[in-house]
Amino acid sequence: MNIYVLLKRTFDTEEKIEIENGEIIDDGAEFIINPYDEYAVEEAIQIRDEHGGEVSVVTVGDEEAEKQLRTALAMGADQAYLIEDEDIENGDEYSTQELLKAFFAEKEYDLILGGNVAVDGGSGQIGPRLADQLDIVHVTSAVDITLEGNEAKVERDVEGDQEIISVSLPALITAQQGLNEPRYPSLPGIMKAKKKPLETLDLDDLDVDEEDAEGKTKTVERFLPPEKQAGRILEGEVEGQVQELVRLLKTDAKVL
Amino acid sequence: MNLQSTNEQEMMRHMVRTFAQNEVAREVPNMEATDQFPRHLIKKMGEIGLMGVPLPERYSGSGMDFTSYILAIHEMSKVSAAVGVILSVHTSVGTKPIYTFGTEQQKRHYVPKLARGEYLGAFALTEPGAGSDAAALKTTAVKKGNEYILNGSKVFITNGGEADTYIVFARTGQLGSKSNISAFIVEKDTPGFMVGKKEKKMGLKGSNTTSLTFEDASVPERQLLGNEGDGLAIAMANLNAGRIGIAAQALGIAEAALEEAKSYVQERKQFGQPAKQQGVAFKLADMATNIEAAKLLTYRAANLYDKGLPSRKQASMAKLFASKTAMKVTTEAVQLFGGYGYTTDVPVERFFRDAKVCEIYEGTSEIQKHVIGKALLAN
Repeated sequence: MNIYVLLKRTFDTEEKIEIENGEIIDDGAEFIINPYDEYAVEEAIQIRDEHGGEVSVVTVGDEEAEKQLRTALAMGADQAYLIEDEDIENGDEYSTQELLKAFFAEKEYDLILGGNVAVDGGSGQIGPRLADQLDIVHVTSAVDITLEGNEAKVERDVEGDQEIISVSLPALITAQQGLNEPRYPSLPGIMKAKKKPLETLDLDDLDVDEEDAEGKTKTVERFLPPEKQAGRILEGEVEGQVQELVRLLKTDAKVL
Repeated sequence: MNLQSTNEQEMMRHMVRTFAQNEVAREVPNMEATDQFPRHLIKKMGEIGLMGVPLPERYSGSGMDFTSYILAIHEMSKVSAAVGVILSVHTSVGTKPIYTFGTEQQKRHYVPKLARGEYLGAFALTEPGAGSDAAALKTTAVKKGNEYILNGSKVFITNGGEADTYIVFARTGQLGSKSNISAFIVEKDTPGFMVGKKEKKMGLKGSNTTSLTFEDASVPERQLLGNEGDGLAIAMANLNAGRIGIAAQALGIAEAALEEAKSYVQERKQFGQPAKQQGVAFKLADMATNIEAAKLLTYRAANLYDKGLPSRKQASMAKLFASKTAMKVTTEAVQLFGGYGYTTDVPVERFFRDAKVCEIYEGTSEIQKHVIGKALLAN
């Protein structure tokens, strides 16, 4: 079984985001594997250990993303690919899709796993976009995956409810929180990861033209959510407070 | 001198940090309240290779360098200095001597179990009348047939009562000499070996410190470590590593205290103003600068140790300065928290209590100054 995992390097979820001149400042920030992609890596390793085969992790990003690939290798993935997208202007989900499409054109795969969404951009588009381009079936938001022969039974999270879908392979499945508990990369694993193959590919290697992978979207503005205001404490008799609260909810907050 | 971490070290730091936050932090309240040893954590740490960081893979270690091991102690101590010292004693003085001085048979028998965390290690040198002065050791080991009979007692033994193996130092000749001290690997079930009372410590709650008693304890001859008379050399060989480990522990405590203080003053309002005025900022600046200096000394010493270069003086300097910094920084952190800092509702009082011991064990600050002074006046 050839399993590929799509992985993105993202800000540590604990980092405070700062914006300067419309750009996100990442000086000194800690970076991690996108947590949803980490579920995908763990699932891939478990599937491989049960059914045999190989796990390859793939990322689109800059050379710094090698660290996250190495972490996935330390967890137990077999090999890694880093697709460098620095030459692409104004890259967006479309650009990533084009690069991955070109990458997978040359590969044989039974299962492609990825995170349901990345915690930075939050678009959740890459999985479905890629499946569409490769003309394979996809299931998003998986909380359980069972493989039987050439079929995958996927339990997916639908806004708190569960839906069970059977698909035939090859398929692309994205991971939701609850799918598994990712392992820590063990220290011997970290040492072994150093020796595992990691291939870096650029646009030429994939035979992709810069212009063809240029982003289709334009970022107009970036801003932080407004700072949370201090709450208001109502005073006086309970009855008066209730009336005041109802009035505020109607006229101020306009939620009633 | 390059103190830039390698990719592996960065990955490891991240892993240990995550592990400490997810698995260790939640144990801390219970360790503080009950002083109970977190045995199940040892197993978990063993599974991810934390119990044998600097030991080679052929003995089930993680095959990483000494600096990586120091990083692990440093990160772990930010969350729990108690787990930091459990790990430090287990590795640098509980396991390393067997790996360095053991016969192949001893190594095969003990090191993999220790490195995997199936066994916990301890080190028993200190006695009621012999602390920094190891030559005053009174515990005796008399050879009888193919066994050594041990008699005497030890105090302040970290991991005491929890450890599976103890490196025990005893005299195989006349009192008062340094040349007839020998080291033994003593297993916990040895007849005549008893664990004494557990100390009620000011800090490091959850890590065990006990006395040990030997009453005609018979230790098989094959458990003699090195040759008779090698004891002091064995004890001294890991001193530098141990001291750098405590420097890393002190560093972790200090950094954790600074983080707490920083976030507190950013939220705290005083007289209608945020508490982050210049006076407070200056305090934080001093704390951070001391920490940075302690960090450089510690990783510099670790770097020398990794390269096999002389590190005795630097290890003592790192230990002396980092422990002093931890004491200073935690004192300031408690002060910045005001009344709250004196309560167990906030973690800075724990950091304050934990910091103190760094100035005492693995050679007091006075001993470190003695070592540094001697090195300066050697020529």
